[in-house]
Amino acid sequence: MDFTTLIQLLDSTIRSATPLLLACLAGLYSERSGIFDIGLEGKMLAAAFFSAAVAFLSGSAWIGLAAGIASSVTLALIHALASINFRGNQLISGVAINFLAAGMTVLVAEAWFSQGGRTPSLVGLARFEPIKLPFADQVAEFPFLGPIYAELLSGHSILVYVALAMVPMTWWVLYRSRFGLRLRAVGEAPEAVDTAGVSVIRLRYQAVIICGVLCGIAGAYMATGLQANFTKDMTANRGFIALAALIFAKWRPWHALMACLLFGFLFAIETRFQKIDLLGVTLPLQFVQALPYVLTVVILAGFVGRATPPRAGGEPYVKER
Amino acid sequence: MQKMPAWADAVLVPLISLLLAAILSALVIIGIGENPVAAFRLMVDGALMRSAGWGYTLYYATNFMFTGLAVAVAFHARMFNIGGEGQAMLGGLGVALACLYIPWPHWSVSLIGTTLAAMLFGAAWALIPAWLQAKRGSHIVITTIMFNFIAATLLNYLLVNVLRPKGAMDPATARFPEATNLPTFRDMFSTADNVLFRGTPANVSFFIAVLACVLVWLLIWRTRLGYEIRAFGRSEPAALYAGISPARITMIALMISGALAGLMAVNTTQGEAERLILNSTEGAGFIGIAVALMGRSHPLGVFLAAILFGFLYQGGAELALWTTIPRELIIVIQALVILFTGALDNMVRMPLERLFLALRRKES
Repeated sequence: MDFTTLIQLLDSTIRSATPLLLACLAGLYSERSGIFDIGLEGKMLAAAFFSAAVAFLSGSAWIGLAAGIASSVTLALIHALASINFRGNQLISGVAINFLAAGMTVLVAEAWFSQGGRTPSLVGLARFEPIKLPFADQVAEFPFLGPIYAELLSGHSILVYVALAMVPMTWWVLYRSRFGLRLRAVGEAPEAVDTAGVSVIRLRYQAVIICGVLCGIAGAYMATGLQANFTKDMTANRGFIALAALIFAKWRPWHALMACLLFGFLFAIETRFQKIDLLGVTLPLQFVQALPYVLTVVILAGFVGRATPPRAGGEPYVKER
Repeated sequence: MQKMPAWADAVLVPLISLLLAAILSALVIIGIGENPVAAFRLMVDGALMRSAGWGYTLYYATNFMFTGLAVAVAFHARMFNIGGEGQAMLGGLGVALACLYIPWPHWSVSLIGTTLAAMLFGAAWALIPAWLQAKRGSHIVITTIMFNFIAATLLNYLLVNVLRPKGAMDPATARFPEATNLPTFRDMFSTADNVLFRGTPANVSFFIAVLACVLVWLLIWRTRLGYEIRAFGRSEPAALYAGISPARITMIALMISGALAGLMAVNTTQGEAERLILNSTEGAGFIGIAVALMGRSHPLGVFLAAILFGFLYQGGAELALWTTIPRELIIVIQALVILFTGALDNMVRMPLERLFLALRRKES
């Protein structure tokens, strides 16, 4: 493999990792507050559809993004209502949200566009086009570092940089802000937070809404940045992989970045190579496709260190009387 | 003191949840510019008014009974098996191998063999997630989801590269030998001058599904193992204190669950397609979640909920055929049923409990 191929592969890695990273951080906020969320997939899917549909109708990717976020937050609020107010099973609620999104997106797409569950292709301002970082053209000829800057780091859509910026920001919020301290506390010992006079319900709602916003950006990136339209089930299990990355990262932001880049790399390999020759043995395509899932199982099995979820995760909080 | 009479808990709560899901579904149909009353009439007409409609309704219901029971057994041990889809796919592989490589003399003998194969393969696919849950504490929900994907790619590989007959284009196995073809409802119930269930896939596996409902009922409420499963589901520390091994119950409950999901393949693969095709499960593994929730994890409830979903599935197909409403409507209804009977259960239950308490106070 030569240097150019490697750069292209890593470039593709960043693009595949972006929706994973946004969804992973979304899950991080929710789960740190004690609300398990296996509905990341559904929220991304809904956002992908509504961002593409509204971007097409309005001609603006930004209005599309807002619509995507709004749809994702709506689903997040249903999850919050079920798991915070009505103390329902958070896993079941997440499953319901995934199916709701899978069905509704196709239903509405058919009703609006009649194109077999797709949206029309987006052109021009309706898409998030790649942006060039400053001096990318000038340094491109520079050996080694030039291509890394011009090809690898430059030339992504704005949402990729937003996703990357979210990592230090999440770290700061989580470990350096008062909100973050309370957020971590409410996922570990909600009764203590309650005793301190801070509303558990309010904190958890805030976390779930942040989760909705980030999933919304992730979905919008997939439909209006990475692709140029919405297609049925286009998130293709990214939400579940993000969840696995979150566990791999043990609910920490910088590790989440690393885990998502690893999974992004696997997806990049899958898109680039049809089969892999390894030490004279040819691995079939299906094996490459299964790799992220197998890796997830291995990670979950705890062969790379034990992951302990937030202690109050999945438990509805009942105020003591 | 019970807040609510048992009949209200078992019947009233699911019915109100179902009603809420139905109202929202009707609003969705209005939202996409169709008439919900006409749509419902079309569904009833296509699924229940002719024996041909029933032939499809009961065929789908057979699948949902198996997957619903699978989810229900895991629920009793307070575990959420989302892997029914993958376990059913592997069950299909077991059925296909048994049909293709063993020369069965008669369908009845082959049915015993394929039933065992389907259970074995389904249980085996649940084994690794079960072991990981029991011994390593990996969350069963995520591992079973991953195993669904792995099962899909595995089946894709086997059907494209290994099991596909030479020269065939589509990724599927060869047709099963004639001797393994199961009798359909048409063969069983038609008379010379009155052909019933014409051209429908419902077959003898329906009765296996009914039998499975009875056996699961016996297992859960009439055996020692069932008692241990329920005890473990209610309280792990209490079960541990009573000498019940959590790891053992986790493994056994999930493997029974996997075996039940795998059984679905007898209906789809041997009963209908008569060869193993890609995506033979068609999401039935997931519908099992809605069926188990709706049926309150009780075999009788699962039986009724499976027939309801069989009706919805066949009715949805009719809608897609005659109107512009796509088949995905059924996924929305399924989502709403899961939401209301599962996650938002307390939303229905709390006001009802208050109502019954108020009624009782008035009496005394």
